[in-house]
Amino acid sequence: MSRRAKADRIRSLLDTEGDAVFENTTTFNEGRYASTGRLDDYEALKQRAREIKEDAIADLPALVEEVKASVEANGGHVYVADDAADARRYIAEVVEERDADTLVKSKSMTTEEIEINEHLAERGVDVWETDLGEFVLQVAEEAPSHIVAPAIHKSRAEIAALFNERFDPDEPFETAEDLTAFAREYLADRIGEAEVGMTGANFIAADSGTLALVTSEGNARKSVAATDTHIAVAGVEKLVPSLADLQPFVELIGRSGTGQDITAYVSLLRPPSDTPVPDFADDTTPLAETEPDREFHLVLLDNGRTELREDDQLRETLYCIRCSACLNSCANFQHVGGHAFGGETYSGGIGTGWEYAVHGEDSAAEFNDLCTGCSRCVEQCPVKIDIPWINTVVRDRRNRGADPDSFDFLVDGLTPDEEPAGLDIQKRVFGNIGTAAKLGSATAPVSNWLADTAPARWALERVAGIDRRRELPTFSRESFREWFADRGPALSADEATRAVALYPDVYTNYVSPERGRAAVRALEALDVHVRVPDVGESGRAPLSQGMISTAERQARAVADGLEPHLDAGRDVVVIEPSDLAIFRREYERLLPEDEFARLADNSYEIMEYVYGLLENGGDVGALAAGGDAIAYHAHCQQRTLELEPYTVAVLERLGHDVATSDVECCGMAGSFGYKREYYDLAVDVGEELAEQFSEGDNGDRTVLASGTSCLEQLDDLLDRPSTHPVEFVAPE
Amino acid sequence: MSTTHVDAFVDAARDVDAVVTRTDAAGFAAALADSVTTPAVGTPLPFEGISYEGTPVDPEPTGADLAAAATGVTAGQLAVADYGSVILTETGAGEELLGLYPDRHVVVVAASDVVADMPAAFDTLEAPTAGSAIIATGPSATADMGSLVTGVHGPREVAVLLVEDR
Repeated sequence: MSRRAKADRIRSLLDTEGDAVFENTTTFNEGRYASTGRLDDYEALKQRAREIKEDAIADLPALVEEVKASVEANGGHVYVADDAADARRYIAEVVEERDADTLVKSKSMTTEEIEINEHLAERGVDVWETDLGEFVLQVAEEAPSHIVAPAIHKSRAEIAALFNERFDPDEPFETAEDLTAFAREYLADRIGEAEVGMTGANFIAADSGTLALVTSEGNARKSVAATDTHIAVAGVEKLVPSLADLQPFVELIGRSGTGQDITAYVSLLRPPSDTPVPDFADDTTPLAETEPDREFHLVLLDNGRTELREDDQLRETLYCIRCSACLNSCANFQHVGGHAFGGETYSGGIGTGWEYAVHGEDSAAEFNDLCTGCSRCVEQCPVKIDIPWINTVVRDRRNRGADPDSFDFLVDGLTPDEEPAGLDIQKRVFGNIGTAAKLGSATAPVSNWLADTAPARWALERVAGIDRRRELPTFSRESFREWFADRGPALSADEATRAVALYPDVYTNYVSPERGRAAVRALEALDVHVRVPDVGESGRAPLSQGMISTAERQARAVADGLEPHLDAGRDVVVIEPSDLAIFRREYERLLPEDEFARLADNSYEIMEYVYGLLENGGDVGALAAGGDAIAYHAHCQQRTLELEPYTVAVLERLGHDVATSDVECCGMAGSFGYKREYYDLAVDVGEELAEQFSEGDNGDRTVLASGTSCLEQLDDLLDRPSTHPVEFVAPE
Repeated sequence: MSTTHVDAFVDAARDVDAVVTRTDAAGFAAALADSVTTPAVGTPLPFEGISYEGTPVDPEPTGADLAAAATGVTAGQLAVADYGSVILTETGAGEELLGLYPDRHVVVVAASDVVADMPAAFDTLEAPTAGSAIIATGPSATADMGSLVTGVHGPREVAVLLVEDR
């Protein structure tokens, strides 16, 4: 899809589905924070869930053999399907052998993955979705927009209009109660007619052949109980060793998904069951005297999962329990939903890993760029999958697979990266932003004048996909490092209580040196000896474009450049939260373990460091006097590192009154908000933040934000200025 | 069992819209009669000194009886205090059907079967002889039609009779 087509598609979804998706996903998101907050041992449960999945995937071949034996001992059948076609063929055979006309289904993404409905319909079988959300989509002939709540993109009024048109009731449907009552009756008839019930499985305990189904409506129970033939379709990754292993998942899955402590029903089925198959016309035989003749087939689907299991970078996708926490906690997903942020079947951040494995790179590439790496999902995932990393890896592989013949001569000289020729030019420009910034700064102010002309903006949009509506950063003629080199430290190491290396990130260095100068003043006022090390980019920019080799090279150079400072006992202080986050998170994957650990342990966000200095006797009076009303937005990655409270605490110690934002991300996310195809989405996300800072008395508060991106977004969307906290608290 | 678990269960069940009545063997028949809407059907109750005698519950329903029933009465194997959940099992008498089709489900649980939390519940479920089980928490519900509605494919009302001397 071209950038323009993608932009049009996103704009159209924002207009048609955005409001309903936003209302539902943010309700789930708030529910998850509340529900997981009620657990005493949330972290321990997540850790146990993670370990169970790690072990289960490691032992998967043995678990498959074990479940075959246990299901067969219970009287059922197991079929391991190599791919979707193999699964479809087996299922069609079972349905044909049963001579079934009607099959009822409970909600299952895995059956969506193999597109079983179409396959059976072609063979003359009536297939009915009994989950009400799926039923709505079946009537509407649409695809799910969310892996757990498939019809969240439709409002009640839209569903009512759809049902009124399709079913033409005597009294038009209006309320959710009307619609639910109708669907229940309509589907009860379909369930009554059906010979076969099909379900997925959330988990399967290999030891006993127990399927766990997590539902709320009761449709899965009914589809199984009312029919004599049960087909369960599940990915092989759903296997865990034993029933006892299900306990943490039962406690986590509802909370992580829709924010319910537990859903109405968790079925632990060891089919075929002893439940009589009901005959509602029989008024003589007691149910208890009916001998059920039930059949059970478990279809375990591979379809790329074995290959995924052997993939060291993407394996943890298989730990996913499809709870939807990463969808609901994602600012982009909240605004646009799974019809944009999704592939053929799976949606959201983890959808990239699933689509890559089961449908291939092209399906994953359709939406992979919507993950901005903000990292808000990382702490929300109940099995602790590093979802941004999965997206980065897929992006990197996509870049490497790009056509090497489409030589991008225009920017080649500007892009000293390690990436293959043919890489998308937009990614290459943003991935090498440090080089561009250096050039821009060296040639400022001419570079700024030139960049701001209409022809230049047109060219940037055409060639590099930079949206012309977005204000570009203005490069500073004197970089922060040049300023400090001339000035030198005001406080020598001997006079100071501590010493730091203040990391000159690319934005502080070339775009906002005043931010760096303020950090130096604040640190020196608190008796700290400051050095500005001669190190370059952190690797954050290329990493966000999926340019892992380039990021690795930059990480190596940063580690080498900071090593003498660490040897000299200096702490590393970082102004830009995304750079601190790469030191503390992604460097684990880019550097040797000991070097990563040393740098991560000794690096601090600037306001976190100021907080520490004040806690250790630093003189709060040395900072700028307080008493103002502040609206503060912490950076997404800073919040994931749980660093927001330090900035708030410092501001409050200075006597400021602080209101904080309540959004997952500002929407800008580094380069994302500059990109032509994503500009509208980035603004839509950002407007939520802008509204919060405009409502009521927030509208008069001084706006502070910690991230460069957040500051750029707020500057574009608010008509009052925004500032980094360290500039606000630094003495003159 | 401890009284604390029972009290916690009663509170948690109320939070998930399940009405709990505390009774004992002597008061059971009257409490059950109060709790059902007729016609009512039931499956065997495995608690000593407890039966459907003196209640309007049909203890041996046919398929047609089930289709006409307003209330299904079944025994619960366990109750989980933390969640207000009851754990339902199938003996071949149709418990799964009676707890699913009628509009109202009345679950009879012995107070001695109330456990504190999910780990304790799973300790019991893990027994090698155990069959299928349903962890049921409140009435069936959906938000798929634009707002939360109770009573979908499963019961709209759930009541728990907690027999305190069993």
